[in-house]
Amino acid sequence: MESVLLKNIGKPDAHRIENYVRNGGYRALAAALKLAPEHIIQMVKDSGLRGRGGAGFSTGLKWSFIPKDPTVAKYLCCNADEGEPGTFKDRGIMDNDPHLLIEGMIISSYAIGASNAYIYIRGEFVFGARRLEAAIKEAYERGYLGGDILGSGFNLDMYVHRGFGAYICGEETALLESIEGYRAQPRKKPPFPALSGLYGKPTVINNVETLSCIPAIIEKGPEWFAGIGPAKSPGPKIYCVSGHVKKPGLYELAMGATARDIIFNHCGGMLRDDRALKAVIPGGVSAPLLTPKDLDTPLDFDSLAAKGSMLGSGAVIVMDSSTCMVKTAYIINRFFSHESCGKCTPCRDGTPWLTKILRRLEHGEGRAGDVEMLESLCDNIFGRTFCPLGDGAVMALRGALKNFREEFQYHVDHKRCMAC
Amino acid sequence: MLTENEKKELQAALKKYPNRRSAVMDALRIVQNGRGGHIVKEDMLEIASILEMQPAEVNAAATFYTMYNVNKPVGKHHIQVCRNISCSLMGAEHIIKHLERTLDIKTGQTTPDKKFTLSTVECLGSCATAPMMQINDDYYENLTDQKVDEILKNLK
Repeated sequence: MESVLLKNIGKPDAHRIENYVRNGGYRALAAALKLAPEHIIQMVKDSGLRGRGGAGFSTGLKWSFIPKDPTVAKYLCCNADEGEPGTFKDRGIMDNDPHLLIEGMIISSYAIGASNAYIYIRGEFVFGARRLEAAIKEAYERGYLGGDILGSGFNLDMYVHRGFGAYICGEETALLESIEGYRAQPRKKPPFPALSGLYGKPTVINNVETLSCIPAIIEKGPEWFAGIGPAKSPGPKIYCVSGHVKKPGLYELAMGATARDIIFNHCGGMLRDDRALKAVIPGGVSAPLLTPKDLDTPLDFDSLAAKGSMLGSGAVIVMDSSTCMVKTAYIINRFFSHESCGKCTPCRDGTPWLTKILRRLEHGEGRAGDVEMLESLCDNIFGRTFCPLGDGAVMALRGALKNFREEFQYHVDHKRCMAC
Repeated sequence: MLTENEKKELQAALKKYPNRRSAVMDALRIVQNGRGGHIVKEDMLEIASILEMQPAEVNAAATFYTMYNVNKPVGKHHIQVCRNISCSLMGAEHIIKHLERTLDIKTGQTTPDKKFTLSTVECLGSCATAPMMQINDDYYENLTDQKVDEILKNLK
């Protein structure tokens, strides 16, 4: 498959506008500005593009919910609060090819009628934020941003908003609260952001990778995009591979690559040849793990959902036979507990409780009934929280308990680990 | 008091938003960066007055986001080691122990000469180059004991 998302990464000074333009950049923008906004929305719908932030919602459909009234201000927000553990694809794009995202955002803003766009980047990504700010400045200087862009009459201002350490800002309404200067706690939906989003105005929130697909859809056509990978979740996909493999990194493949193909063909196999694969997290730590029997499952939205897991952010975390699943569950749950925003009780009180039990299991202080207590807590958190953070914590833990229950019980019975 | 440069930076931040409150995160960041890495009550009062917010609202934002060090001075070099799953699989705990031994402090502490503060943090999005850490604004990746020693030596 021809690379479109990572194509410039690795080229010298790919982040500079003259190099981006030399490689064909901003041609899609010029073409898009000659089309009617509704036509672009239809193209994105026809492409079958589904949101790469995790939810997998149709991007074109999301855009079509924005009211058409030209007198109402509208916003585009790019969700660059990449925080799902194991995920580093958006950082890859922003650090190395910021104009790809910016071009995608300008086209998207034109399609939905937004005249202001924000990139919400997590605070730790200082390098990326500086890169984006410099790239935005270059885009203004060349007339791709500002007033009357390329003589089209379309105006757009673009800004970088830096987060400052809060995973919950990846939840789209928490992100809006954060831009407005509040604690980032999710809002009640409805109203959905398409009707009442940033500053109460119609707003689209899209992930970095999603927006970065837009220039290629304009240039190569929606049929090209729809023809890559599975019919119901097509397109190129960046898989972020980490953990026990020889060559971890970003891999842009046709959506629906299998974990086996990714690990053993693209990543050169397991890190140590004497250690077998034990488990794979297919889509960031919220996604229930897969075991070796599921290695041929295509990593796309629907195939993983059918297996009880999810594609999420496309973060593939590979674990070999030396990995303790109790420790893994402890680390993952500690993360959710740390990042719970505190708005609702099941998540605020439930995730630390889970972490406390997992911690004592991991430290050889497990008690009889602990495994059952974990399951009971999961039942009392799942589906009862304000936003999906609590659900993510439970899905991850349930996946580990379902496949490796005997390891958890072993920690209770023997006060130590059977794997390490 | 905010310096002239800080005020200028804050004025630029205000231009990004239709209201003043939205600049609170930028304001807190500007102040923290300019004051050696932490924020005190007086700074928040001044930000509140500039942004026409209640002091409690500024405090509410400052205490929500983990990168603001409210009333928590940090050393000249703030070492933040990722302890999440991908880094843990590749030996983050070992790196943390090595740093604790080398700096002779526990995680969460600052060296007596105020040069180094050691913290652990959740995923920093650098998972293919694990284990990794961030020192102030910069990422240091593919860490080994030897690499950590060299990094620390160059910071002294």
